[in-house]
Amino acid sequence: MARFFAKHLLFLLFTLLVVSFLVFTLNEFSPGAVARKILGAYATQEQVDVLTKQMGLDRPVLVRYVEYLGGLASGDLGYSARFKLPVREVIFKHLANTVLLAAIAFACIVPLSTLLGVVAGMRESSRVDRVILMFSTVVASIPEFALGVFLASVFVVWLGWLPGTATLVAGGGWSVAAQLVLPVTVVVLFDSGYVVSMIRASMVEVMQRPYIRTAVLKGLPFRAVILRHALRNAMLTPITVIMLQINYLVAGVVVVETVFAYPGFGRMILEAALFKDIALIEAGALVAVFLAVLTNILGDIAYVLLDPRIRA
Amino acid sequence: MSTPATAEALPASPPAASRLRPHAWWRRLAALGESTPASVGVVIVLAWVALALLAPLIAPYPPNANDMAALAHTTPSRAHWLGTDQLGRDLFSRILWGARPVLIIAPLAVLGAAALGSLLGLVGGYYGRWTDLVITRACDIVLSFPVIILYMIILAHVGSSAWNIVGVLTLTKAPIIARIVRGMTLDLREREYVAAAKMRGESALYIMLVEILPNARGPLVVDMCLRTGYNVIIIGSLGFLGIGLPPPDPDWGGMVKDTYGMMMVWPHMALFPCAAISSLVVGFNLLAVGLRELGLRD
Amino acid sequence: MTDAPLLDVQNLRVAYATRAGEVPVIPGLSLRLDAGEAFGLVGESGCGKSTVALSIVRYLGRAGRITGGRLLFEGRDLATLDAASLRAIRGRRIAMVYQDPMASLNPVMTVGRQLMEGPMIHAGASVSTARARALAMLQEVKLADPEAVMERYPHQLSGGQQQRIVIAMALIAGPALLIMDEPTTGLDVTVEAAVLDLVRELRSRHRSAILFISHNLGSVVRVCDRVGVMYRGELVEEGSVRQIFTNPRHPYTRGLLDCLPTLGRDKRQAPLVPIAGQVEPARVRPPGCGFAARCAHVETGRCTTGPIPAVEVHGEPGHRVACVRADELARWTRRSGAAAVPAAGGAREPVIAIHHLTKVYESGRRLRLGASRASVRAVVDVDLAAARGQTLAIVGESGCGKSTLAKVLSGFEVATAGGVTVDGVEVGALPVDARSPALKRKLQMVFQNPDSTLNPSHTVGYAIGRALRRLQDRAPGDLAAGVARLLEVVKLPPGTAARRPRHLSGGEKQRAAIARALAGDPDVIVADEPVSSLDVSVQAVIINLLNEIQAARGATLIFISHDLAVVRYLADTVAVMYLGTVAEVGSVERVFAAPYHPYTEALLSAVPVPNPDHAVARILLEGSVPRADEVPRGCPFATRCPRRLGAVCDDTPPPVQQLAADHRIACHIPGEELRRLQTALVEPSVARR
Repeated sequence: MARFFAKHLLFLLFTLLVVSFLVFTLNEFSPGAVARKILGAYATQEQVDVLTKQMGLDRPVLVRYVEYLGGLASGDLGYSARFKLPVREVIFKHLANTVLLAAIAFACIVPLSTLLGVVAGMRESSRVDRVILMFSTVVASIPEFALGVFLASVFVVWLGWLPGTATLVAGGGWSVAAQLVLPVTVVVLFDSGYVVSMIRASMVEVMQRPYIRTAVLKGLPFRAVILRHALRNAMLTPITVIMLQINYLVAGVVVVETVFAYPGFGRMILEAALFKDIALIEAGALVAVFLAVLTNILGDIAYVLLDPRIRA
Repeated sequence: MSTPATAEALPASPPAASRLRPHAWWRRLAALGESTPASVGVVIVLAWVALALLAPLIAPYPPNANDMAALAHTTPSRAHWLGTDQLGRDLFSRILWGARPVLIIAPLAVLGAAALGSLLGLVGGYYGRWTDLVITRACDIVLSFPVIILYMIILAHVGSSAWNIVGVLTLTKAPIIARIVRGMTLDLREREYVAAAKMRGESALYIMLVEILPNARGPLVVDMCLRTGYNVIIIGSLGFLGIGLPPPDPDWGGMVKDTYGMMMVWPHMALFPCAAISSLVVGFNLLAVGLRELGLRD
Repeated sequence: MTDAPLLDVQNLRVAYATRAGEVPVIPGLSLRLDAGEAFGLVGESGCGKSTVALSIVRYLGRAGRITGGRLLFEGRDLATLDAASLRAIRGRRIAMVYQDPMASLNPVMTVGRQLMEGPMIHAGASVSTARARALAMLQEVKLADPEAVMERYPHQLSGGQQQRIVIAMALIAGPALLIMDEPTTGLDVTVEAAVLDLVRELRSRHRSAILFISHNLGSVVRVCDRVGVMYRGELVEEGSVRQIFTNPRHPYTRGLLDCLPTLGRDKRQAPLVPIAGQVEPARVRPPGCGFAARCAHVETGRCTTGPIPAVEVHGEPGHRVACVRADELARWTRRSGAAAVPAAGGAREPVIAIHHLTKVYESGRRLRLGASRASVRAVVDVDLAAARGQTLAIVGESGCGKSTLAKVLSGFEVATAGGVTVDGVEVGALPVDARSPALKRKLQMVFQNPDSTLNPSHTVGYAIGRALRRLQDRAPGDLAAGVARLLEVVKLPPGTAARRPRHLSGGEKQRAAIARALAGDPDVIVADEPVSSLDVSVQAVIINLLNEIQAARGATLIFISHDLAVVRYLADTVAVMYLGTVAEVGSVERVFAAPYHPYTEALLSAVPVPNPDHAVARILLEGSVPRADEVPRGCPFATRCPRRLGAVCDDTPPPVQQLAADHRIACHIPGEELRRLQTALVEPSVARR
């Protein structure tokens, strides 16, 4: 077990290094752009050059990278040109908002997908299976922005039950809870479609295994066959994928955030990218990769806990 | 010896096969009819391909032409079947024209990803050891990045153009294909026919391309279908975020971006492009579901 | 209780739904099983024997359907029983043991919990009662340390132990009927013997009736009272074990017995007689006898017009046969060997020589920090040779190193020490990529698995043609004739060249693979278990083909196998391997006659023989093959040897004793002593009488 963790932690560190360096060098494609962004379009080239020099952006990339790493180690992530705040504060605020959305969504996705996937896969090609398979395929096919538009046109435009934006500021007569309904629904539907089909496929395969036959021919009721023998085996393959959804939910929901004007992590990166706010992009990318590798590790741990064959 | 070997080897069997069955491709298409999802999917996809191809002939208006007179009344009418957008441009024409870039970029990027991914997967799976380790790790790093964030960072730096989108989509989808092909190669390289090929002195390239790859094609095709669907989603999402294809040419995602703020007044402007892109992705995904079903049945 | 049978299957009909419509797999089958009786159902793959078993427990999957007939069990018709009553019978009154025990056990649940489930659902037992029952059952199936076994997961047990668990699980509720579907297929022969003996023993104690399904005629003899022979979904013959195996009346039963190699017969004596043709698909069922198309005694009209009823053989109560000509056929006689021709002297120069060959696999992981890397000695100091035109068979159970040896010969592994010479050229350290084209041509291989030996994406013609091009430098335009000639050699029709493997049967695929290996006209053919996944009738065809080709071309055959009967039939020289070492090597006559190495002795006594008169004292091996880190320093067989002398066996490697010019064994017990202790274990051939 210790070995397992050591290996993963090393890989986490290695990935963080590689990615931060890649993002760092990417910025080299647009020298001077940082200062230009800060000073605006009307500054003279001289002013830009001076600021570039002041900020030390004319020195070799490796030197600046090492400096940057030094800053990281002491918790200094730099200063955001876009938000005029230390990067740490900007990231913290947006990340907290996104984690709220992600946590609610994840709490819905896992039980919903497991239920639908297992019910569909336990009797392959039955009517219930066909319906669930079609539902999950269609739902996973609709881009998040389109799903947002469809839901909004019904619940906001037509019925007027819910607000069309989720700025997390209780205003316009809508509570924060009401604001969260639509973004969460879009994320849950889109993501469940994918997770359901994974679990269903795994369940279908498990149901054809000889040990299921053993359980049935032991005289176990169907319920017990599913709950005691099929369920845990069917979750083995999808568990890693399910854990990876945390990654998507935190870092990948930029489209949903944009649709509902949700002040989250994804939109923050988008704004940073459009504004060429290098320090914020860099830090955001690091957070994203950190999350990605962390969820990978979580997935592996969950797998090891479920499968005794790995533990030995 | 290695490269000509494959070049000569390939014609030895496929032409013989096609001579025996002159309309093999047509039969294959007909075989899709045995699965309902596959037939529905193929009909949707082919319909969109036809609409895109025939856009210059069917579209009632040029895609970027503003009809100022229509601005007073943008909702669907006899003159504008699906209505117009906020600039008075005909939505039906724009949706037809908007199908073109998507249907070029998405499959092109999938083909690129399949070529690159297959190569990486074959080499990693076949050679194993450190070659495999390097390739797998590199793929893991690319995959660990949330796709859309990666686009935002890269496209924000190098700007957006159709080619850049193809490039980024190729690079980010290749690791997924590589992973699938690698998994299959690990299994297929242990097959006895591979051992037989080694015993008659075939080159590694021949074994990878002629003995292994053809047997990985089933799952590969299913996955390429899925990837095409996801590519359409991503192209649309990029357009929606304003970092997709440059305006003013119609782009489904961009059309939604420009109009979803006006939904309280004119919901149709955002709804129709959304319906268009959704139906196309549904088509690709149903096709994938159907192909998987048919593959399992053999 | 009256004399009503426990299970009465009346005219059972089963069909499977396929893309081409519903195909009848069982067109009408009747059989009766009395309480406490053991009935063996034998037949080749696809004959429907497993379908019968699964029909009885009503587990046919979505595609299968019982289309007619009755399945009376304890007076109730299982075919029409509702789900709840069915559940009450499954596991409690009817239990099942399956092929592949590993797959039949839930991998993520401890063995103990899986065992306890039965009593808890059927008898409503408490956890402690169920636990006590499970422990008692584990004791009964003779698993050492039941308490510890309860906490294990299936993957932590050996194949033999897993099958004992499955048997314990089936018997825990004391069922009236135990269905065993190929329970020993895939197990090593010594493990199989132990499991079969256990079944016999348990049977006498539990008084459960057994429906024993197997493709192996020998194992049926060990366990059953009565036997039914199935062909294409029909019971063509049934009767007591003695009736069926001493006086078979149906041509198919006779065919099965004739094509089976036995321990007392070899190629110089009576050749194997394969059954002509191959099983036709269930879709095309002729109106008359299902076997007519392959039968040597067929009479058009009588055999091919109407259904063939099963009638009792005159003077043999309970022996029924579905053949209109059964009474007209001469009595069957077991083919016993004519005078054995001694093998040609060992004077001929060896084509392939293996000297002091050792192959060690380094495992990547250190067992303990600071310890040296764990290594597995797959092949240890092996010395063997084969002369031109001879067959050297290497026989042993799984893990004995025979396949590793084949890999070193063919260049997929390289020797760690020692070497291999082919025509005087050292090749032991040459991986296949480094071998010269001439060397590749000289040594070719035939593989085990017909489903993976040919590339499913290529036609047979392409596969053979490509081999011709690579091995004989034929021009691409010059291949067709060569392909046709090779297909003729392996007796495949010329049209096969255009076909893909999925349209071929297992035997046809294996023949195409042999044709491919022959493309370079090799001097040495290494065949790794080439017939072990084939049905006996197909196996006979392939064995005869290999034999013929070898005789015609003067090639040397290295034949790797776990099947002693096949080895006995085909080999000139036999090497018996155990844990990487050669225990015994010699001419086939000497190895299969006393004195034996104690391991050879145990192997031979374990082989199930399809002859009720064949009674030999069984030598049961204790324990299982030791793990790599448990192998004793001395004789590798010492941990299980029934004739172990003492500490000397554990500590000192055994000396190699030259018992005759062409016979040597590695054992501490002197040859004379072994000769005194051992009796013949195979049917005495005529020559020895």
